[in-house]
Amino acid sequence: MATTPEISVAARAKYEPVIGLEVHVQLLTVTKIFCSCSARFGALPNTNVCPVCLGLPGALPVLNRKAVEFAVLAAMALHCRINQTSIFARKNYFYPDLPKGYQISQYDKPLAEFGAIDITSSGSQKKIGITRLHLEEDAGKSLHEGFPDSAEKTAIDLNRSGVPLIEIVSGPEIASPDEAYEYLTRMKEIILYTGVSDCNMEEGSLRCDANVSVRPRGQRQFGTKTEIKNVNSFRFIRDALEYEIVRQIAVLESGGKITQETRLYNSAEGKTYSMRSKEEAHDYRYFPEPDLLPLVVDEKSHAEIRHSLPELPEARRKRMVADYGITDYDAEVLTASKTLADEFELAAKAAKNPKRVANLVQSELMGRLKAKGLEIASSPISMKGVALSADLVESGAISGKMLKDLYDLCFERNQDFPTIYENARPQQITDPAAIEKIIDEIIATNPKQLEQYRAGKKTVIGFFVGQVMKASKGQANPQMVNELLAKKLEPNA
Amino acid sequence: MKISEKDVSYVADLAHLELTGEERVRFLRDLNSILDYVDRLNELDTSQVQPMAQMTDLGGDAATLREDIHEGLRKSLPHDIALANAPDADGTFFRVPKVIER
Repeated sequence: MATTPEISVAARAKYEPVIGLEVHVQLLTVTKIFCSCSARFGALPNTNVCPVCLGLPGALPVLNRKAVEFAVLAAMALHCRINQTSIFARKNYFYPDLPKGYQISQYDKPLAEFGAIDITSSGSQKKIGITRLHLEEDAGKSLHEGFPDSAEKTAIDLNRSGVPLIEIVSGPEIASPDEAYEYLTRMKEIILYTGVSDCNMEEGSLRCDANVSVRPRGQRQFGTKTEIKNVNSFRFIRDALEYEIVRQIAVLESGGKITQETRLYNSAEGKTYSMRSKEEAHDYRYFPEPDLLPLVVDEKSHAEIRHSLPELPEARRKRMVADYGITDYDAEVLTASKTLADEFELAAKAAKNPKRVANLVQSELMGRLKAKGLEIASSPISMKGVALSADLVESGAISGKMLKDLYDLCFERNQDFPTIYENARPQQITDPAAIEKIIDEIIATNPKQLEQYRAGKKTVIGFFVGQVMKASKGQANPQMVNELLAKKLEPNA
Repeated sequence: MKISEKDVSYVADLAHLELTGEERVRFLRDLNSILDYVDRLNELDTSQVQPMAQMTDLGGDAATLREDIHEGLRKSLPHDIALANAPDADGTFFRVPKVIER
């Protein structure tokens, strides 16, 4: 078990953490950023490589238009200002999975700056600034273990070398591990909505490094920071930050000093470890990339890309609350992914009464999902199914009670609503004589409504339809009920 | 601009090079002679000149963009050709001496 340094509650309260996050997101282009090799994950090692991404002498990079468009789209979604001209730079360091000896990145003139993400922190809204967003290429992959001679050798796969990335750097404005978690969750959600990345952490298409320091509450000056690398889930980042904050406070409280260093997180132990790297290893000697001209994103392409910007999760939630009269919580659940939100809205808009669809999701679907411990993405009842059920209730074809029973059956058998409804559909009454008999009874017992109808208030027919459906326990054919009622209600009938 | 032996050690360190005392002296001499030569540029007053990274910078030229498609573009290298020049490879991976974090 991890032995977390002990600090008192008073010591913890004395300090405030300052956290900044650097997130790398892999862009979903077909080809790499500077060459036409495939950028897809999972090919046989060293088969998606060419002179450019192998760093062979004389090879020249040519920038992928889609990578630029995706980066600009992400920057817009994160409310960044796009720099019309940005400059590629060489970041120099030596590592075997970086064949050129430098990474093409952007330095003093990044693609975009001054963005922000809205987060909820302890119940209130907070804006976390984004300092910059820039384009760069990924390095290859080093495999240090898993081979018979791994004690002496490292294996290198350069398929990932040259895959397009955006790096998104937050301001030092994140005040707790929970805020860091929330920031990352919101960012991932926004990026997923734009469709520029799949944000798959297992495959490395979203990676995060965290800078963290602590300072006595009220002090303006930042404390010495450490950088945490090698964290592969949002939960682990929260845990690693929590550990690191406590560790730093314990060091300071015992009269020690924080060393500026890179630390690795070991998720099995829940601890961070110093990499004991020399600090000068971080002198990257950036200079402008002579092989690439400045990147210009002009007004025209700017406008074109903005056009493809989808409605973003936050705005969509607000609109859905207004449009469908659902709660904030349900809007949150329904917008968990763009696909789900699209499915819901498509189904709701196709239904006779969109609000009823929303209501059924809220009152009948959510509770059943929760009881079964299911995510909405794995719900047996699809959004189309909910919409169909809403229409059936709307037309009076089934009662609320029947709907509940049918939903229970869907969950029991793990089948979608249309299937269950077809099988369990109550025998429909299609005999005109039987329906007429019910209609006659209803008309006889409601003379006032009959009078209203005959006086010209035609909408009263809805009342009669409802009564007839109710009397037939929802089994009368709704279309026949409508036709027959219309005839029977006329004065000369 | 003159650099010291300490600067030479620093740059060698960044490049993961181990230099002998003799080599450090030689590189100090060579590097300083190169820097002296480049220093001649300082004879010009460039305080009013915009820095440029490329020859075409001033013309406002922008990077040429390539379409994100496989068809009609240069293919990746065949696997064996890609590995052919490596000092060490196992038919699948490039192999390098064990990487140790510094």
